[in-house]
Amino acid sequence: MAYDKFTILKSTAVPLPIENVDTDQIIPARFLKATERKGFGDNLFRDWRCNNDDTPKKDFVLNNPIYSGKILVGGKNFGSGSSREHAAWAIYDYGFRAVVSSFFADIFKGNALNIGILPVTVSPEFLDKIFKAIEADPKAELEINLPEQTISILATGEKESFVINGYKKHNMTNGFDDIDYLQAMKDEIKTFAANSAY
Amino acid sequence: MSSKPSTLFDKVWDAHVVRKIEDGPDVFFIDRHFIHEVTSPVAFLGLKTRGISVMFPDRTFATADHNTPTINQHLPVEDPLSANQLKALEDNTAKYGISHWGLNNPKNGIVHVVGPENGITQPGMTIVCGDSHTSTHGAFGAIAFGIGTSEVEMVLSSQCIMQPKPKKMRITINGKLGKGVVAKDVPLYILSQISASGATGYFIEFAGEVFENMSMEGRMTVCNLSIEMGARGGMIAPDETTFNYLKGKEKSPKGEAWDKALAYWKTLKTDAGAAFDAELSFHADNIEPQITYGTNPGLGTGITKNIPLATAVKDGEASYKKSLAYMGFAEDEKIIGKKVDYVFLGSCTNGRIEDFRAFATIVKGRKKADNITAWLVPGSHIVESQIKEEGILDILNEAGFSLRQPGCSACLAMNDDKIPAGKYAVSTSNRNFEGRQGPGARTLLASPLVAAAAAVTGVVTDPRDLL
Repeated sequence: MAYDKFTILKSTAVPLPIENVDTDQIIPARFLKATERKGFGDNLFRDWRCNNDDTPKKDFVLNNPIYSGKILVGGKNFGSGSSREHAAWAIYDYGFRAVVSSFFADIFKGNALNIGILPVTVSPEFLDKIFKAIEADPKAELEINLPEQTISILATGEKESFVINGYKKHNMTNGFDDIDYLQAMKDEIKTFAANSAY
Repeated sequence: MSSKPSTLFDKVWDAHVVRKIEDGPDVFFIDRHFIHEVTSPVAFLGLKTRGISVMFPDRTFATADHNTPTINQHLPVEDPLSANQLKALEDNTAKYGISHWGLNNPKNGIVHVVGPENGITQPGMTIVCGDSHTSTHGAFGAIAFGIGTSEVEMVLSSQCIMQPKPKKMRITINGKLGKGVVAKDVPLYILSQISASGATGYFIEFAGEVFENMSMEGRMTVCNLSIEMGARGGMIAPDETTFNYLKGKEKSPKGEAWDKALAYWKTLKTDAGAAFDAELSFHADNIEPQITYGTNPGLGTGITKNIPLATAVKDGEASYKKSLAYMGFAEDEKIIGKKVDYVFLGSCTNGRIEDFRAFATIVKGRKKADNITAWLVPGSHIVESQIKEEGILDILNEAGFSLRQPGCSACLAMNDDKIPAGKYAVSTSNRNFEGRQGPGARTLLASPLVAAAAAVTGVVTDPRDLL
């Protein structure tokens, strides 16, 4: 699936200062029954967002109108658990384009990159600064600069670099995906397969 | 010329790199690909949208498991959304000529149970599936891990994924497991020591006497839970136990091909002096039957211990307190004696024949406690048949238990097998996340022995008291 190019994202952010946010919280399994990729944003964090009778839980951050933006900021070990790409789809479809944390679970990170969400890993200290900046002013803006690989808190000017491999960076900034790349090397793969032990 | 000592992981990984991308991932060849009804439909849709096809249909195997009922499987599936997903799998596999073990097929069952029991999983292979517990297949000395749906589409269309090579960790456990301590307790113990993110970024090799002495079923349980440690997967070097398990399986090599395969498989072990990025070791003597009390698999402890104080755990204090509040537990409480409402035996973690044998050793001659609802779900029809043939079903029935039909069931509660809000379940599955087994459900992860002890006493009980 092609996705929008990602270069510089300047936005307010939604804080979720909870550790080990797992993919069952991001999208509970009972919402995985679709055969098309649509409607997942509605069920993002469903059981944290809604009571059993589907009324909104007032104390959950996505239900608080003072917080909005295209950046989700989560605690350590974000995206642990299941490999469901639906978790990344739900975050994307809700309107987020980047997730910031001090630590991402591997599969979630890969899924996010594959669909055009930028996972930005910052130091625990910088994560804390971001949470404090948003707490002080919910309209505090962050700037994520992918070409320069930096994230800044605009109000204070504090900045940190983040790591992304050159291949993925090139894909994200151009909106390319891996399938395009793999389709272009089919002959090489067929030769490899012919010599495979299995 | 002597070559540099290499790890099992490196040997298998390096044999599957089609191309190395500078400052990027490896183009990684996949020998076997499993698919199921939940994470594949959007990948097939992607093929259609792009106008591309399946490159090697005979390298992909489909089974329906995540979203299937565990009773009355002969009747049409009632939930229209679930029925639609099952139909999509049937149609997609038929369209591209992919093997499909759907509902009611005698080979049907949980993907990570049916792969090994039919010999599809073999040492030295690379295996992926759109399911994080694909790590299970590492028990055979394969590199096996879960992937997302975009990657399912990549494997279907090119038999490759783009994968950065993980770091390597070895976890060594020597000694002999004590009475009442089984395979499941080992990874739960490791999790309690290193946390649910202790191995993130790594691929684990499990080594030492404890794993060498384990059955293949036990090794699968261990590798299954490596994802819960944050690792992409875990593996165990193949040995005589592995070869004996595979010999004669339907898809195992036969005749000359077997001899050739065996010669190769015997080279699949870590050389002396090979380097790991991290090494951990534990001793079997320190492992007692384990149980979790929190909302991630790292929040577990020995069954005789009290729930730790917030100051003693690695998770942040706020997250820990939120977790205990969800569970309705308090710091420093005893876990033994806690009331239980549901018992779930099954899943890709503990839905194999050995797990049912273990459960039966405890319930034999006893009765199910009145306050317990028990769901006993075999991992496959083959396991179901074994349960009947070995007389285990009679033992279960006599003790007041019945058997359901194969599937993932209450492990992820996608079907109707949901633990009600607020109820406590001792579960042999793999995740105790909030709402995992149903909205508001409270999960205590444990071994089949601990599950059986709870099932006959109605409370959390040390299985050693009943053996």
